[in-house]
Amino acid sequence: MNEMVKPAPKKIPGIDRETTQSMIDRTLEAYPEKGKKKRAPHLAPNNPESESACVKSNRKTVPGVMSARGCAFAGAKGVVWGPIADMVHVSHGPVGCGWYSWGTRRNLVSGVNGVSSFSMHMTSDFQEKDIVYGGDKKLAVLLKEVKELFPLTKAISVLSECPVGLIGDDINAVAKNMSAELDLPVIPCNCEGFRGVSQSLGHHLSNDSIRDYVIGTREFPEPAGPYDIALIGDYNIGGDVWSVKPMLEECGFNVKATWTGDGKIEEIAATHMVKVNIIHCYRSMNYMAKVMEEKYGIPWVELNFFGPTKIRQSLRKLAEYFDDHIKENVERVIAKYDPSMQAVIDEYRPRLEGKKVMLYVGGLRPRHTVSAYEDLGMVVVGSGYEFAHNDDYERTAREMPDATVIYDDASEHELEKFAEELKPDLVGSGIKEKYVFQKMGLPFRQMHSWDYSGPYHAYAGFPVFARDIDLAVNSPTWKLVKAPF
Amino acid sequence: MPNELGLAVKNVTPIDEQDVQRVRAWIDTAEYREKNFARQALVVNPAHACQPLGAELVAHGFAETLPYVHGAQGCASYYRSTLTRHFREPAAAVSSAMTEDGAVFGGQNNLHEGLENAVALYKPKMIAVFTSCMPEIIGDDLTAFIKNARQKGLVPDDIPIAYANTPSFNGSHVHGYDAMLLAILQTITENRLIEGRCTGKLNFIAGFDANTANYREYKRIFDEFGISYTFLADISDTFDSPNDGHYRIYPGGTPLSEAADSVNGKATLSVGPFATTKTFTWIKENYAGAHNVLPMPMGIAKTDAFLMKLSELFDKPVPPSLKAERGRAVDAMTDAQQYMHGKKFAVYGDPDLILGYVSFLLEMGAIPAHILCSKGSKKLDRELRALLEASPYGTNAKTYMNRDLWHLRSLVMTEPVDAVIGDTHGKFLARDAKIPLFRFGFPVFDRVNMHRSPIIGYQGVIRMVTDICNKFMDMADENSDDRHFEMMR
Repeated sequence: MNEMVKPAPKKIPGIDRETTQSMIDRTLEAYPEKGKKKRAPHLAPNNPESESACVKSNRKTVPGVMSARGCAFAGAKGVVWGPIADMVHVSHGPVGCGWYSWGTRRNLVSGVNGVSSFSMHMTSDFQEKDIVYGGDKKLAVLLKEVKELFPLTKAISVLSECPVGLIGDDINAVAKNMSAELDLPVIPCNCEGFRGVSQSLGHHLSNDSIRDYVIGTREFPEPAGPYDIALIGDYNIGGDVWSVKPMLEECGFNVKATWTGDGKIEEIAATHMVKVNIIHCYRSMNYMAKVMEEKYGIPWVELNFFGPTKIRQSLRKLAEYFDDHIKENVERVIAKYDPSMQAVIDEYRPRLEGKKVMLYVGGLRPRHTVSAYEDLGMVVVGSGYEFAHNDDYERTAREMPDATVIYDDASEHELEKFAEELKPDLVGSGIKEKYVFQKMGLPFRQMHSWDYSGPYHAYAGFPVFARDIDLAVNSPTWKLVKAPF
Repeated sequence: MPNELGLAVKNVTPIDEQDVQRVRAWIDTAEYREKNFARQALVVNPAHACQPLGAELVAHGFAETLPYVHGAQGCASYYRSTLTRHFREPAAAVSSAMTEDGAVFGGQNNLHEGLENAVALYKPKMIAVFTSCMPEIIGDDLTAFIKNARQKGLVPDDIPIAYANTPSFNGSHVHGYDAMLLAILQTITENRLIEGRCTGKLNFIAGFDANTANYREYKRIFDEFGISYTFLADISDTFDSPNDGHYRIYPGGTPLSEAADSVNGKATLSVGPFATTKTFTWIKENYAGAHNVLPMPMGIAKTDAFLMKLSELFDKPVPPSLKAERGRAVDAMTDAQQYMHGKKFAVYGDPDLILGYVSFLLEMGAIPAHILCSKGSKKLDRELRALLEASPYGTNAKTYMNRDLWHLRSLVMTEPVDAVIGDTHGKFLARDAKIPLFRFGFPVFDRVNMHRSPIIGYQGVIRMVTDICNKFMDMADENSDDRHFEMMR
């Protein structure tokens, strides 16, 4: 059910299995024996027809290699919980984790900050004595203070940092007691950063907390409609949700909840009442999509809203779950936006045709954005994920051209070597990578945060995406890098 | 219903708009302020990070030195991202990538494997190891682990490994800077003190300073004097490196041989008294030559004191060029004083910076009404009080130690000020109070090149006067009605 329309394998002149494998081998030469052995299975040439993962994934990060990965806390607070606007998120433990993740993901929210939305850094700021005596009592006091000072909060999440799990605090018991005392959902999430191998486990643990403490605890008062859907796995980076939601509404859908970009916790809690769940970022939210399918019989459909080709395919795929009314609407919407999308392509494609892109991101982007670059006439010559699993790489195989290099949890050394050999015209990756490549004179866009731009999703997003890619690739500043003397 | 909290299932109810308006007004009141200041456990929007961030910053200040986070992988990513967002430069660091099994077996295997890989891939000349939470809680013994790594031959003998304990549940990034700097100097100067040798140089430490132009400004001042120096923990080239098409993992930092020889210096001067407390105590006992600590040279008086100390230590007069510069800075202040006189400011940030802001504001006749440090101390409070009491513009100022930016929000809403000096994190309270924020602190995530222009020395005075006064004049232009919109300001 999650099959995208299958394209024929794409080829890139000069890239074949042998050239890619030998590039990988050269890159691995720098490692000591043990490190080489561990890293080798994570790097491979793509095989689009295999429909299977060409690399190993979701393994422990190799120490000392300069990985770009984050941790379970980052996946929980930064990705899943943080974007839920109308509740307070407590970074429970020392001051740092919540401070580093405060406002640094660009998940935009509605509401009045500090009143009805809470994009703030609230923490128990653990000190030595909390480590020694435990933080449960402090947490109980803290939760009361949250309710008193932020009376309109719809819930509170308690997100554990490393020390909490190591000293054996029981935040689940505190949460349960305080929920009753405050008559307010207090949702615990044991997302200590040392758990698992990357931010991915933090997504999973957060999904589990939603399953155990959130879903089904609220109901929509209005009668259910035939076109009620939820948008899952869109985090409203640079306003993505505010681009996708109107597009879906124009197609006749009622978007009852957004998970979790600009999310409302009560709407999330009542999502068990919708007809279909759309999942955009499969990696971070597939767990709850599956839970709702099993428990409430809600089908889910994995869609891609990057670039007109995928938007068209996705809307038609979604329409398959509904009646002719929706199908007609979808065709009308596609027909309405096709000319403006073509105009964007006509404007930018001549300047971007044939340009090579190297991607290294997380979540859905290493595969979902490939087609959007292709809409602009570009080719993606390498792609990989920080924290993907096997099923992500299975889905990637068919999107990427034949024999292009696929890298899992790439180290900075590997990315640098691949860029040196592949000579991309654009690198799309994260903040830690950005200036490494820019110092190499390579145009770069941050593809986690849309580099302080956006939205990139749906019809409102593609013109912004195209403009940003063009301004990065064709900026005259790159021509100044080499001094004439 | 799957409801493990035992709460009743309810209808989805949107937040009532009237409630929003009521609470919105309430959080600006004195009543709310009182409740806000009564908090015991909850910290909201603190203006400090944890120790390892400072440890990484200082490690980047030494040539070919690889910062190494002993702890979980995610910690390293947080520090690197923060430094990179501020400087818009790469911040290369690795980690032990400890996971659950570390809690059972300890982190030695991860550390050893990490050191071996890091040496092979990134070819450092020194490794600076510092800890995040996990190894601190499970009690990893770094001394033993590193000794064992040496015995196993995982790190060549000519690569020093400095290591520091930097628990995140204690102190702030400023303390982590101190701890790592101390460890690096102890490691690198070991057995290097030579009886009777004197490098003739000044050893200089800037403290936790994330403004690369400040570093360049200090060096320019030393050059004007003709003082040869070793700038310890010099991050200026690391975090302000040229784009010439070539990525260098270690683009700058104090040369290690120079840093090692610093123990034989003629004088050692720190301008980060709060950021180098432990380091300086150790230096006093172990370094040859004179030892001095001065406040960060911000404003005229503190810059004067700095120059006079250099003059005294090296028996050289203050160069005429700097005296002329002083005159130009004072000229800039007298020209612009009318735009700042009597204006009220809220200031917050790291201890050394706050003392500098306050000195500067008092010199301009501005009033530092609210002075807040979210990781302060009695000592800092005393020093601030002494500064304030010495000026008629300080009499109504209040200091707030160990309070956060949500407290500061209450302060600026109930006792309004004209502007805030701090870092990017203050932008929300500044917006609520409809006043400008001057981003002289760390980190700055939302403006470019703030670290490429100094705030120390006489040049720093000119920069701060310019930024602040021009902003006030921009506001006068933006806010005036047609009748008062004038050619001149």
